[in-house]
Amino acid sequence: MGSSRESQNPIDLDDLYRDVILDHYRSPRNRGAREDATVSAEGFNPSCGDEIQLSVAIVDSTVNGLGFGGSGCSISQSSASMMTDALTGRTLESAREMSRHVQQMLTDDTFDLDAVDLGDLEALSGVAKFPVRIKCGLLAWKVLDQALANATGESVSDDSDIPTRVTSG
Amino acid sequence: MTTTRAGAPLDTAAIRAQFPILSREVHGRPLVYLDNAATTQKPQSVIDALTNYYSTMNANIHRGLHTLAEEATAAYEDVRQQVAAFIGASSHREVVFTRNTTESLNLLAYTLGARLRPGDEIVLSAAEHHSNLVPWQLVTQRTGAVLRFIELNDDQQIDVDTARAAINANTRIVSVVHMSNVLGSIAPVSEISEMARSVGATMIVDAAQSAPHIPVDVGDLGADYVAFSAHKMLGPTGVGVLWGRQELLADLDPFLGGGEMISVVTREESSWAALPHKFEAGTPNIADVIAFGAALDLLNEVGMDAIAAHDADLTHYAVERLSRLEGLDIYGPSDPADRSAVIAFNYRDIHSHDVATILDRSGIAVRAGHHCAQPLMRTLGVPATARASFYLYNERSEVDALVDGLLEAGERFGFAR
Repeated sequence: MGSSRESQNPIDLDDLYRDVILDHYRSPRNRGAREDATVSAEGFNPSCGDEIQLSVAIVDSTVNGLGFGGSGCSISQSSASMMTDALTGRTLESAREMSRHVQQMLTDDTFDLDAVDLGDLEALSGVAKFPVRIKCGLLAWKVLDQALANATGESVSDDSDIPTRVTSG
Repeated sequence: MTTTRAGAPLDTAAIRAQFPILSREVHGRPLVYLDNAATTQKPQSVIDALTNYYSTMNANIHRGLHTLAEEATAAYEDVRQQVAAFIGASSHREVVFTRNTTESLNLLAYTLGARLRPGDEIVLSAAEHHSNLVPWQLVTQRTGAVLRFIELNDDQQIDVDTARAAINANTRIVSVVHMSNVLGSIAPVSEISEMARSVGATMIVDAAQSAPHIPVDVGDLGADYVAFSAHKMLGPTGVGVLWGRQELLADLDPFLGGGEMISVVTREESSWAALPHKFEAGTPNIADVIAFGAALDLLNEVGMDAIAAHDADLTHYAVERLSRLEGLDIYGPSDPADRSAVIAFNYRDIHSHDVATILDRSGIAVRAGHHCAQPLMRTLGVPATARASFYLYNERSEVDALVDGLLEAGERFGFAR
């Protein structure tokens, strides 16, 4: 990886394609719908066709597990895969907070990673340096926001270019 | 000099020297621009024509009685004559300037669509760009007319047989893409026109991709209407062309109403200006139309036959080099002779967006995604593809750069070179 020619570039592709991202892309975790899902949602990115379906099992305000399906680039799919790992066992409140932080990290390349603990998801921090790919990273999280809002009876303000909707729950 | 006889290779070095953007670097590498099906780069002469218009003759056209208006009107109308000659139209009155191919097709869908009744059939192909699909879907919602599709054959081409299967006595409109922006395939338009005529249907050709790459003669196509865009053939953005047979255009109702397109206006009603002004309501895109003339000058100077031969040579070369890569799938006709200038592909299991991002870091611009042809993507059974598309200034070395860039992308995703 990383030819000598690339190293001359100020923004390196290695910032985008971290090993952990490629690993989740090649070996996605929690792929497939969960049978015990209490809410399901989906979203897609009209400009490029990436899509994510998400099923979430919530019991007593805790995320017991998530499953995802869909198709798209390495960033959209690995972002979803890492999310399903990272949120399992978290309270709804903690899941929401993580979603907020990840979305801040994806959209702001000055985001302070030391202030939060995002685990493997920190691998997505390089996406902010590639403006056209930010939407790829955001997709799964927008779908999550939609699902969690539905689970608690709230509504999501749909001001993004990524349409999402609840499919069951 | 860039003048070249048909069949002789183009002097790409001399051509490239006329396009300032081609000397820039992207991420520290020379730009390799392979996104010509989206839009082409502009020669200095086009850029100069824009500057010259605003610097020396800016005025509103057709109405003014002063010198600037006279000069601007003459320059604008000269380009109409040039376009007419470029496509073999019998009169400049058959050439309508619009914003783009999309607007030309919407003009037709709106005006022709108003005549349709429930059960009337509109025939499109499986390879349409959204611009030649969505306007007709709107027509079906308004009128109860139905869409039928010419399917692709086993070689992913529209052919005479698949066309015959879709066209019947209920067909009122046939609107097909001449050259696919995904498959690069060229439809047998003159035969399809013949079929449309035999059932009394109106024949429309979307020439957005063909007009830049192969000689397009509206008489040879046998069509009633042809649409294309200036920006895909070295011209500026914001200029489209609608060509139509004079007697048919004369019989159509206007699309947009306003200034310029009228003859006499009373409080209650209006009569229409003569062709083509009936279809050019409001102040048109004067500067960009005039600059389009400079683009046509260059295309004529190089020669469309020579450009077609050059594009075909590059396409052959690219298909040959790309097909040698393990895990590379090319979409479209299997014989490079059946396609021109556009190659859609997928490499390994790497998503086309990742391919495009990685190539971009090597200065190589390709398109990735659904190419505004989502139904075609579904027919092909892929969510997205990468696409390389060529034009007169591209060289074989740029195809080599593309191949190297793909190998690099493969390496990053864990495939050995």
